[in-house]
Amino acid sequence: MNAIDALTLVLLIAGSGFFFAGTVGILRFPDLFSRLHALTKADNLGLGCIVAGLMLQAQTPAAALKLFLIWLLALVASAGACYLIASDARRRQDPPAVPTEVSGDA
Amino acid sequence: MPEIGFDLLLASALLWIAWRALTSPDVFKAVVLFITFGLLMALAWVRLGAPDIALAEAAIGGGITGALLLDAAGQLATTDAAPPRGRTLLAATLALLVALLLGAAVLQIPDAPARLGPAVSAALPESGVTQPVTAVLLNFRGYDTWLELGVLLLAVLALLALRGTSHLQDVRPLTADPLLGGLASVLVPLMVLAGGYLLWLGTHAAGGAFQAGAMLAGAGVLLRLAGHRTVEQASSRLLQVAIVCGFAAFLLTALILLASGYALLEYPAGRARTLIVLIETAAAVSIGCTLATLVTGATPPGAGAR
Amino acid sequence: MTVYLLLAVGLFALGLFALIAHPNLLRKVIALNVMGGAVFLMLAAIAAGDRQRSPDPVPHAMVLTGIVVAVSVTAFALALVRRLHAETGSACLPEADEQ
Repeated sequence: MNAIDALTLVLLIAGSGFFFAGTVGILRFPDLFSRLHALTKADNLGLGCIVAGLMLQAQTPAAALKLFLIWLLALVASAGACYLIASDARRRQDPPAVPTEVSGDA
Repeated sequence: MPEIGFDLLLASALLWIAWRALTSPDVFKAVVLFITFGLLMALAWVRLGAPDIALAEAAIGGGITGALLLDAAGQLATTDAAPPRGRTLLAATLALLVALLLGAAVLQIPDAPARLGPAVSAALPESGVTQPVTAVLLNFRGYDTWLELGVLLLAVLALLALRGTSHLQDVRPLTADPLLGGLASVLVPLMVLAGGYLLWLGTHAAGGAFQAGAMLAGAGVLLRLAGHRTVEQASSRLLQVAIVCGFAAFLLTALILLASGYALLEYPAGRARTLIVLIETAAAVSIGCTLATLVTGATPPGAGAR
Repeated sequence: MTVYLLLAVGLFALGLFALIAHPNLLRKVIALNVMGGAVFLMLAAIAAGDRQRSPDPVPHAMVLTGIVVAVSVTAFALALVRRLHAETGSACLPEADEQ
């Protein structure tokens, strides 16, 4: 197994780790906003690692570029969706479980 | 053999997700779990060597059906009733019986069943394209695809009849978020480009009219959700022509071929590729507009604000 | 291939159970979609054969057609359910012993 394959393996495992952490966050965090946080941040980082690992294995530069584009588009879509869900929840007056105002004597 | 391990894992995940989707107490959760089920099915298609079905399932089965169900689940108040005791028992016994009989029948399927694969490969050079599934869909079994476009047309007509108006445009007032508008203006051109690419790809790789149509439908739904001006300003006539053009392309081709002395949808040698590309383009536009109308036009006007 | 054939049988049975058991029409539509997916899975599993050669393209074309028809049927069914809900206020079919 040469260096590129080893690096791909490391990146794929790291990506799976991030996805796992994100899933644990979705299941265990108390309210919608923190769950959205875990979902978008951890999952996008995990996808980035996986895409980076696959880009190393790509046969042509064009294929690697297409993989990178997939990651960019997934970022855009998930960020937009996260904002829409959060703003909709805010509109419905879902109070966050953790207070968002910083108190003076914290 | 690691592959059988993955297959078993995928199979148990699919069964479990289907069970949760079908018996979840909350209808909204059931719909979301069903969308997840559709995405896992796309993995199963890839394992079975069917990448074009995987593309179509992810886009149409997961995306379009999911959007339809989410819309319906939001509109219908939670009038959920628990099933009566006797009915559940009857359903469970029936399902178990069907599972046992089907399972026994399925295990008797020979390992090398009669296949049409070699026949298709032998006739592939004359079909005009190099991808066997596209050749089957648009050339060898073009009649089935034609009728399927007819089914889509019927669905839109039925939707109009049930809605009670004859206008295709949805007249729901939309409070569009400015971010959604910005997102749409970035994503929609990319989606149209990707749809065209999938259409062109269908002649020599996994892709084709259905996948391209699903992508275009997604673009249409996104435009509608963003409340974009073009959708309101597009004439109803243009939308009607777009919905009909797939079926019409097949009809025109069939009539012209019949009039020239060929059999029904028998492409002349050498013209097959041109005809397939033309019909596929019309079909993709048609499928895209039809699916977008089915998703966005579903609510009768004035039926509750969001 | 056997794994996927048995999976298809299991999904079909699950869908059938939910179709008969639930009175809510929206759940029935979901169950119908699961059953349709199970049938497509069986077709594709038979087409894959023993994985020694490339899969048979004719069942794949049938499944593609089937997916599009299934979404049309779902759209129509949901339009019917909405209309029923608008007319009667409930998304469940009236039981046989109610008046």
